[in-house]
Amino acid sequence: MKLKIALFGALTATIAGVALAQSAEPPGGKYAKDAEQMFRNSFREDNPKYWMRRLDQDETMKLCSQYRDNPPRKIGARIEQMNRETIRYPVDGKLIGDWKEGEKLAAVGTGGHIGFIQPDPAGRVRGGNCYACHQLAKAEVAYGTIGPSLQHFGKIRGNSEEIVKYTYDKIYNSNAFTACTNMPRFGLHNWLTPEQITHIVAFLVDPESPVNKD
Amino acid sequence: MRRNLTCRLVGAALLAFAAGQALAQDAKVADELAKYREALADGNPADLLEVRGEGLWREKRGPKNASLEQCDFGLGPGKLEGAYAQLPRYFKDTGRVMDVESRLVHCMMSLQGFTFEQATKNWYSKPGTESDIEALVTFIGAKSNGVKINVPATHPEEAKMAKMGEYIFYRRSGPQDFSCAICHGQEGKRIRLQELGNLTTQAGAGEAMKTWPSYRVSQGTVWTMQRRLIDCMRQARWPEPKYLSDSVIALETFLQKTASGTVMETPGIKR
Repeated sequence: MKLKIALFGALTATIAGVALAQSAEPPGGKYAKDAEQMFRNSFREDNPKYWMRRLDQDETMKLCSQYRDNPPRKIGARIEQMNRETIRYPVDGKLIGDWKEGEKLAAVGTGGHIGFIQPDPAGRVRGGNCYACHQLAKAEVAYGTIGPSLQHFGKIRGNSEEIVKYTYDKIYNSNAFTACTNMPRFGLHNWLTPEQITHIVAFLVDPESPVNKD
Repeated sequence: MRRNLTCRLVGAALLAFAAGQALAQDAKVADELAKYREALADGNPADLLEVRGEGLWREKRGPKNASLEQCDFGLGPGKLEGAYAQLPRYFKDTGRVMDVESRLVHCMMSLQGFTFEQATKNWYSKPGTESDIEALVTFIGAKSNGVKINVPATHPEEAKMAKMGEYIFYRRSGPQDFSCAICHGQEGKRIRLQELGNLTTQAGAGEAMKTWPSYRVSQGTVWTMQRRLIDCMRQARWPEPKYLSDSVIALETFLQKTASGTVMETPGIKR
């Protein structure tokens, strides 16, 4: 039943997204090719090659850019299928970790910054930075609003096997459910390990977690 | 079936209630932030930099021992009133679309005889190292205070630059799948407590562009638009763009074109 509510909401959002889908030309119009070349040539020559690889786009990124994150349904479905196939699980198969670890990861916004002006120091912890976009525990008021509020995530949805798997999958690869969503694909990019994702899942679904308790 | 429907309706009502609560709290936070900005604006440290920039503008410097007073930002040599507001633009003498900083560096080279390396060595300040470019851009920017941003991008090279900026704006890549658009393509969103402008609309782009260059309280210095956009790419977890690179100028052209018609309020002051 609760899953149906969630699905109903997701469906509504999808319909709204389709209605908004623009018939506008791809960004850059006839200059898109020139723009790509210009972009690639705009970076300092002393950026190491493995940094420059961050500019490479996979199929999903290319399509999302081309359609301004609003792909037609057919292409959206292809993107979602493609991304569903990338999801990997922890070796022990357990999808619910330690919510206290998850709470820490949700608050950390550092990590992954490169460049010469203000890179992250070596070994800087990489977090999920969930609060940048989502409301979670009631006590944290400095939350962003790019994503929906996830307060009482588990309280509302429960922690059935279905919900837990959905939660894990969504964090691992958000595009498996919503093509071109703003949410990063944390597992696909190895930004978070499968184990770290299970901690965030626990933070979201564990009845003892401040997301659900307060 | 009926239970199903009731369940959905109750669910929808609950969601609507929760959304209402969240909106009320968001509005309160926005209020507090506006007060904070107002408090900041009372005495902008950028004013000091503006004075230093004016001195640098008039001072004879460089191998050619010349001032910058004959520098042409598109309105004629030395004409600074409203110059910043109509940049970037195409310059015949270089055959390129240039922003205020690339034009300024061009003048430091052509009028004063500095090399590119000398002119751009301290393009941004660090603790203990001042930046002449920051000071000069603050001074030049202030000469457009009260002037409407006016970048119609009608010259074919400008139109092309604006389109290429749009391309970069929507281009997603990197380990967080970021593009400019994912944070700056919607209305009324925040990252943590930081409000995000929708840079695809005139109102949003105008709000963002009118206050640059801007004093950044968190950084303790003025940031130019090049600095701002290069840092955006850092936050996107991309490698570091070259200072004055075409990608940054293209983004500026796209944003200034979108913002055109907005009255400049510069130097600004921000978090």
